[in-house]
Amino acid sequence: MDPAQFFTAPRVTIVAGKGGVGKTTVAATMALAAAQAGLRALVIEVEGKSGLPALFGQTELDYEEQVLLTVETEAGTGEVRARTLTPDESLVEYLRDHGLKRISKRLAESGALDMVATATPGIKDVLILGKVKQLETAGVADVIIVDAPAAGHAITFLSSAEGLLDAVKVGPIESQAREVRALLTEASRCQVVLVTLPEETPVNELVETAYSLEDRVGIKLGPVVVNGVFPELNGLADDPLEAAADAGVVVSSELSEALAAAASFRLDRQSLQERQLTRLGKELPLNQINLPFVFRSDLGLDSLRDLAGRLAEQIAHFEAVPT
Amino acid sequence: MTGPSRSVDGPETPMTAVATESAVVLCCGSGGVGKTTTAAVIALEAARAGRRAVVVTIDPAKRLADALGLGELTNTPTLIEGPWPGELSALMLDTESTFNGLVARYSGSTEQAEKILSNRFYRNISGALSGTQEYMATEKLYELSSEGDFDLIVVDTPPTRNALDFLEAPGHLARFLSHPLYRIVTAPTRGIVKAVNLAAQPLLRGVAKVVGGEVIADAIAFFTAFDGMEEGFKQRALLVEQLLADDSTSFVLVASPRRDTVAEAAYFAQRLGDMGLTVRAVVVNRIHPLFWRGDDDELTACAKNAPPDSAFVDHVSNLIDFTEIARSERSHLAPLQELVAPAPLAEVPLLPFEVHDLDNLTALGDHLFGRT
Repeated sequence: MDPAQFFTAPRVTIVAGKGGVGKTTVAATMALAAAQAGLRALVIEVEGKSGLPALFGQTELDYEEQVLLTVETEAGTGEVRARTLTPDESLVEYLRDHGLKRISKRLAESGALDMVATATPGIKDVLILGKVKQLETAGVADVIIVDAPAAGHAITFLSSAEGLLDAVKVGPIESQAREVRALLTEASRCQVVLVTLPEETPVNELVETAYSLEDRVGIKLGPVVVNGVFPELNGLADDPLEAAADAGVVVSSELSEALAAAASFRLDRQSLQERQLTRLGKELPLNQINLPFVFRSDLGLDSLRDLAGRLAEQIAHFEAVPT
Repeated sequence: MTGPSRSVDGPETPMTAVATESAVVLCCGSGGVGKTTTAAVIALEAARAGRRAVVVTIDPAKRLADALGLGELTNTPTLIEGPWPGELSALMLDTESTFNGLVARYSGSTEQAEKILSNRFYRNISGALSGTQEYMATEKLYELSSEGDFDLIVVDTPPTRNALDFLEAPGHLARFLSHPLYRIVTAPTRGIVKAVNLAAQPLLRGVAKVVGGEVIADAIAFFTAFDGMEEGFKQRALLVEQLLADDSTSFVLVASPRRDTVAEAAYFAQRLGDMGLTVRAVVVNRIHPLFWRGDDDELTACAKNAPPDSAFVDHVSNLIDFTEIARSERSHLAPLQELVAPAPLAEVPLLPFEVHDLDNLTALGDHLFGRT
């Protein structure tokens, strides 16, 4: 599949996964891959503090959009833009756009709305997703990537509209919830990309989340992204001392021990990973994108470029969806 | 109060003291850094040292839950059988029933409690009010602590992106219950002049315009039923705060060796300091082992003369990769160590297995408490 088609077929991609699996890295990687295909990508952060801007060498995000990177391509100028969305700001904006500006001020000042919002499950999530929907409809970007809240919270987040419709029967919030539900359940507009690590617990959680999302939200599941997969190094299967001899190199015993220890560590973890990747493929019949483990504890744009390349490469191998 | 303790074989490390001397341990850190596992290992260590320990988990991964004998939410401690001189118990926090228990405790009558428990507004906030899970974790801690059945209570904190929510949770509920709207709707029963109540009407109408009148009706019914209980809740929040500030309570920061989670741990340590609380220890999980302590030049030089497609080149580049990440991970830790000193910073290596049974937990404990 052409990456440009992948990113725009549904315009909104929601990236979800348990804490610590590299969700933000994947959101950034997807945005960069889209930009490299000449698209304008907008990343939306919904959980306050985020490591996203640091990946692009920038500082904090804001409710106001900012450009993190531009890429010149044959297909035009690609962009990675980013912003945050908070329920409070979304609500004020929403009320203003619906002729309730006067009330909104008083409600916000008295704190009454905040309290009722707290007690109406899902209202904050619906406001955020409602704003995402508005951005989608307005066509502010070719691709909208939402960095969703962590883990089980993703299910709560995405089923918020459904829950709210049970509790609130009238009023502007009710229609907002309806519109959000329409966005999430239309496969041509929105998909979820679930992120995991090639380890037993994260894989279990991913499979569980996938089925819950399908059952409870009816949202389209896009490919699964597995982060931190050790790339194959065929030579590691050979004994390091023999390999050195074959290469005509003499190594100290200290070095040969270190080489052997590093190789066996990697091979052990690699076989653990392979088992989990196979199991994931069996339990969840979705396209799988494997991103390589990056041997750095602090990712930057260089690593991101490499990851984006791997992502685009694998997307290109997907079967094209008939249009 | 600390119970009888004896040290497990091996050297007494500052980390050991956390498990053998504290009455309460709180494991804090951002999501996905191994808080639950660390909490379980600390409780196990205490049991091995002859203490009666309980670990309060929030949302353990299924296999770890199974290892701890937690098939489902058990709001009371379950004893885990094992070859240790002390006792090890575990429980998985049930936020809702803990909250219901609090309501029952502070309501004036069974009738009042029932009115609250069946109110839709209450059912919503008890599950969704931000910080409820955090608050109920501290509440459960306080309950266990005042019952006095354990020498050590280890609490895993909920997986929020912001680890600080945990400390602010008890105050959050108290504030919620003294909200202006609360005072407005309960005004008639408190003898405040009727004008206040009238002034509230347009406000409530405004809210109703946005979310619908039913929500407002539920809210009013809730606050009316809740009347008189808020003092009890506030008192309780104060007691919990005192327990958290007690000398026998240890905060253990848990992090992974990535720049961003280490930065978050450092920030958390600073905030604790601002609140007059100290970090007793830092645990950094899943550090890559450092296989090569020799000279960098020796590494790069030996590959130079080898054919580029040889197996040997693969071996060398593998060792270079691991050396690089192992060093860069350690480089993040030095500033954190300095910040929390004299508290110890324990490095737990990335192990070639996943931790989901008691044997794995024991092996992890050997690393955490310096027996390897």
